[in-house]
Amino acid sequence: MGKYVLKRLALMVFTLFVIVTICFMLIRMLPRDIPIDKNKAEIVLARWDALGYNEPLLVQYGIYLKNIFTAFDFGSSWQIQYSEPALTVLTSRLLPTVLVNVYSLLFAIPVGIGLGIFAAIKKNKWQDQVISTGVMIAVSVPSYVYAFLLQYFIYLKLGWLPLIVSSLADAGNSWFSWTMLRSMIMPVLALSFGTIAGLTRFTRAELTETLTSDYMLLARTKGLTRAQATTKHALRNAMVPILPMLIGEFVGVLGGSMIIEQIFSIPGVGRLYMQSIQQLDYDVFMMDTVFYTFIGLLAGILVDISYGFIDPRIRMGQKK
Amino acid sequence: MTNKVDYNNIPKELFEPVERGERITDKKFEDKPIGYFKDAWLRFRRNKGSIVAAIIILLIVLYSIVIPLANTRYDETFMDVYYAKKPPRNFALMNVGIANGQTARTFEEKGLIKFIGIGIGAADTEGTGGISVSEGLGNYYQPIRSIKDSWEISEIKGAKPKVMYNASIDNYLEVGFLYTSLKQDEYQKIVDWQNETGLQVLYPLVEDNQWNVDINDANYWYKSNKGTPITTDEWGDLDKTLKYSEDMVLEDNYKRDADGNPIYYEYTGGGNAQTAQYRVRILYYNYYRYLNGFEPEYLLGTDSQGYDMSLRLAGGIRLSLILSLSVCAINFVIGAIYGAVEGYYGGAVDLTLERISDILSGVPFVVVATLFQMHLAQKVGPIPSLLFAFVLTGWIGMASRVRTQFYRFKGQEYVIAARTLGAKDRRIIWKHIFPNSLGTIITGSVLAIPGVIGSESMLSYLGIVKLGSATTTSLGTLLSDAASIWTSYPHLLLFPALILSLLMICFNLFGNGLRDAFNPSLRGVEE
Repeated sequence: MGKYVLKRLALMVFTLFVIVTICFMLIRMLPRDIPIDKNKAEIVLARWDALGYNEPLLVQYGIYLKNIFTAFDFGSSWQIQYSEPALTVLTSRLLPTVLVNVYSLLFAIPVGIGLGIFAAIKKNKWQDQVISTGVMIAVSVPSYVYAFLLQYFIYLKLGWLPLIVSSLADAGNSWFSWTMLRSMIMPVLALSFGTIAGLTRFTRAELTETLTSDYMLLARTKGLTRAQATTKHALRNAMVPILPMLIGEFVGVLGGSMIIEQIFSIPGVGRLYMQSIQQLDYDVFMMDTVFYTFIGLLAGILVDISYGFIDPRIRMGQKK
Repeated sequence: MTNKVDYNNIPKELFEPVERGERITDKKFEDKPIGYFKDAWLRFRRNKGSIVAAIIILLIVLYSIVIPLANTRYDETFMDVYYAKKPPRNFALMNVGIANGQTARTFEEKGLIKFIGIGIGAADTEGTGGISVSEGLGNYYQPIRSIKDSWEISEIKGAKPKVMYNASIDNYLEVGFLYTSLKQDEYQKIVDWQNETGLQVLYPLVEDNQWNVDINDANYWYKSNKGTPITTDEWGDLDKTLKYSEDMVLEDNYKRDADGNPIYYEYTGGGNAQTAQYRVRILYYNYYRYLNGFEPEYLLGTDSQGYDMSLRLAGGIRLSLILSLSVCAINFVIGAIYGAVEGYYGGAVDLTLERISDILSGVPFVVVATLFQMHLAQKVGPIPSLLFAFVLTGWIGMASRVRTQFYRFKGQEYVIAARTLGAKDRRIIWKHIFPNSLGTIITGSVLAIPGVIGSESMLSYLGIVKLGSATTTSLGTLLSDAASIWTSYPHLLLFPALILSLLMICFNLFGNGLRDAFNPSLRGVEE
């Protein structure tokens, strides 16, 4: 197991390295915008020169890697937050993204699994048909359509909730104030529908499979009630593939959803990405790319490894 | 053992035929054999949801092809800035009460009179004035189609209460009058057209005096005191302010010559009397008819820039479908070849190729799309570079699916038999293994279509890919154009969002149906 984890980690580092190399070359090859302000332009040009931005690409890449390994310095922002380290720019936007996504997961996971269990128990009855149809629609419709629907009904027609997420200043400089929480309800809901639908479908599929398996028959023969057999035997086994999926979701939380952040103007990582493209802030763009790649790879590994931890039947990296 | 039969020499008499006359042969099957694809089709047919989804997809495709062909008046580049963001309006549907171009709005008294004034002014073709509200309300060019109710509110204590009105307004007629400059021959053409058709385009110019609240707004043709309509006495001073009623007659503020005839044009800009342009006041609705030869009529309204929404939608659907189909076709080919080589040869080849696809799949798609847009969009255009971005990482899923199938089939007896008989690798791959995995691959391709449509509309919504131009648009661009203003113009968002959601739902349903149909192990089992 330990060997397998190490092997996967080494592979991940290698993959990350290759991707970062390619992206770095492609991004540095793009023409840079010089600030219009003359004085600022001079300073910026001088700093670029000092930071080696005019050297050959490979030398630049060497400097970039050296800075990362020696000072954990991923370059600095030139447009969005002038002269701030790119890493700081990114981490300062992490909290809102994580909050909205974690709220949405905390809401979606119980609802999704609950609906899935309900549908599996009521299999092929009308309740199941209704849930399955709803899931089919909810999985397909893009999340921003939900966002618009919510905005239309809850904000425009009913006027219950604010249209967008409040700014930090309005919410009393706290991400946890009541104003902030209230304004986050709509994005949280918009994000949840897709997750709920996915989870419901997955849980239903897994549970219907375990419900019809032989050990369930044995459990019933032993004299367990249907409820006992379902919770103690079927549900536990059905959770085996569901839990790794949830772990993946929680890692994916960091990446956030660009479109939802855009619609509800959440100052998060996804919007930072958009800003960095629009304002051509390449160092921040590079930082974002590294971050997204890392998150994606990490989620993949965690999911694979967690299978081994959760299900003792699965031996990771086992030879055939 | 004396009566033992000598089996070597059985006498002929002992033999007797089992049946006479009839020859016994193998019976031919009376029903036709059911192959893999036939079986899949039979089971797909039973899936009602997928059939409905397939029909809806067909209808949407038909819509995107037929609508531009059916519209003989103009093509998709036709636009009109004054009729932007307008709701649906169609004369045939108007009779059943939908698509009448109207919206319900709440007006203050001043605003209501201004819009009613458009209709009254339009009725006054000779510029003589004296038309009352009740006459003007029935006019063809009257934007206020019906007034539902009115009530009084008092905002400030002690001040006079305001009267508010709920009314239905035609969004096309609402544009009303505009000032514009015309060349002299153009002016003459309009006059000729007016005489020919009897439709009035040119209306008298308005005096620039204290009773004109906004000299740039051609709809204030009547005398008003800061917007409140008034009448004047013989010296031109304020006589009394008017209140809205059926009998109200607005006093015109037209420019008149010495004889009291209204003036329809004046010189503007440089040049001499022959070349200078005319400044005129036009009724835009009829000017549109003069320019295009028909009345404004848009089945799904107009988009945020003034293009016909139905044509823009058709264009967006075509783009989405063509893009997603070509992406899936290319991914199908690359993925099939790559996966076949990986799965068939296995070992070191598999390991190396897997690492490559691992690395590629590690790059976030949105980063790939962004980089392709930044590097390639200017050279090859945004759509091809988007296509490249989709293809770069899109085939990996397909390849791994094919690879799994190959691992499953390559050890089977018939493959070994074929190899023993001397079949070459290529023949075994394409003739023996590949057709067996075809069902799974086709299903995977179809299920990838909604993913491509979704990603494309997401990228164009976010503006990472810029697809909006006079000739091309995408559903995502339409949505993003509507994003900031849709609360006032819901139809801008409704139609693209509806079509996009329908496309995604139907392709998913259709793909699921195919998946179930192609999976023999699901025979007789739901889901």
